Amino acid sequence: METAITVVLFVLLFTTAVLVGRQRNLFAATMLTGIFSLVSASLFTVMEAVDVAFTEAAVGAGLSTVLMLATLSLTEDVEPRESRVSSVSSVSSVSWPALLVVLVTGGALVYGTLDMPAFGDANASVHQPLSHYYIDRAWDEIGLPNMVTSILASYRGADTFGELGVVFLAGISVILLLGPPNAPAAPPQTESAESASALTADRRAQVREMPVVRTVAKVMLPYIVLFAFYVQAHGDFGPGGGFQAGVILATAFILFGLVFGPKELTRLVPPARLERVVPLGPLIYGGVGVVAMLMGGEFLAYGAFTPEHPAHGHHYGIFLVELGVGITVSAVMITIYTTFATRPRTMTPYATLSPSEPPVEVGLAADDVPALPEERLVSAEEVAS
Amino acid sequence: MNRLPEWHYVVVVALMMLGLYIVIAKPNYVKKLMGLSLFQVSVIMLYVSMGRITGGTAPIYILEDGVPRPFVLYTNPVPHVLMLTAIVVGVATMAVGLALVVRIREAYGSSQEDVVAELDRRDEEQARARETSVILDAEHPTP
Repeated sequence: METAITVVLFVLLFTTAVLVGRQRNLFAATMLTGIFSLVSASLFTVMEAVDVAFTEAAVGAGLSTVLMLATLSLTEDVEPRESRVSSVSSVSSVSWPALLVVLVTGGALVYGTLDMPAFGDANASVHQPLSHYYIDRAWDEIGLPNMVTSILASYRGADTFGELGVVFLAGISVILLLGPPNAPAAPPQTESAESASALTADRRAQVREMPVVRTVAKVMLPYIVLFAFYVQAHGDFGPGGGFQAGVILATAFILFGLVFGPKELTRLVPPARLERVVPLGPLIYGGVGVVAMLMGGEFLAYGAFTPEHPAHGHHYGIFLVELGVGITVSAVMITIYTTFATRPRTMTPYATLSPSEPPVEVGLAADDVPALPEERLVSAEEVAS
Repeated sequence: MNRLPEWHYVVVVALMMLGLYIVIAKPNYVKKLMGLSLFQVSVIMLYVSMGRITGGTAPIYILEDGVPRPFVLYTNPVPHVLMLTAIVVGVATMAVGLALVVRIREAYGSSQEDVVAELDRRDEEQARARETSVILDAEHPTP
């Protein structure tokens, strides 16, 4: 039965992946990547990786789909049928060098799997020293039912601290790249931009008038927030924890932004204030580690909090650390969404290249150099301003 | 060595290669990032499938009267921990990639790799031609 489910899910997964590659409509492709994530989350559940499945469902099917849609609204949502540069093959045709590279790499990887132990083999070397150590000792040393949480926040706490740092840096990078959400650079709007923004304003007004969407969102929002807090607090006992809870909490705010508009969201959560919440997580996480050091333990060795009963110290430490993770993950995700959603859509004329244009010969006088296409110059000026 | 490859791993590798093909062959940047996320999910699946034990249950202690039931076979929790954080870090880094795509589109007016490369090549050629003409002017100053 399990094999049958696995086969069906793998077939679905493979079909979705092929369609993502073939689909020229990027909006449809984005939706397909969401489906891909959801199916793979089901596969993770079949493989008993419940925490991974939870995260993949929240992140892959929810958050990254929304981020891609936000990007598409700032770029274009259909891949052009014909590539406008003659030297590169058009979109639809198979790229043979790429296919060769992929086949050789895939062949090498499959050859590598020949030496791997059979799927589901309990005696495989992956399971040998380390995971036995964790499974045998986690209950006595930490006393939490969910081993994944024990390992994540305590045994491998320094590793998770690094991962949180990466999330923090990614949030900062997006703010630096797309500007602070509260002070967007207003580019000169062309005529087409005005008509386009009027069009989107019309669309937004239509959404505002959709009573079903608004009502359902209003009913669901408190439950999503409540669920996020449940996942945050219950991560010690079942699947869940700071990473999942942070993403789910951010999803609630993003749903609010999608239904009522990003302006309303920035009114509810001012980006300037949210930016100050972003570094709280690494501060709490690192602070817990430093306090453990001050109390005579090692960095992130929570047993030092209550020397007479180290397991209790671990409970406090893990709770605080997971709280820090939850705060930063949700703040970063909301910041990323508002940064994308409030960025004005610049109507840079779509760059078109005529393949027949003669190549520039080196050594000509400056006057003889063929001028760049007009739209290229316009866009360069816009960048400068 | 003289046995058939395990089909689970072959399927996962095939998915991985599909993602890699999209990254290499598709000229659209958003499409490339989609391929990258397919690739990432496949790598995660490879790790998780290595942690699987036939008949094993999810790595959460089954409690009886407040203590774990003895002799329960659990799946390996270590790959789960590593991959869980990888997923969240993956979406954060993908957001950075998407932000870069938005900036490229604003600067070049296109999010197609071939168009951007062609515009860069023309820019470079024009700059080189201008440089050469400056040198020529310096060698043979016009009266």
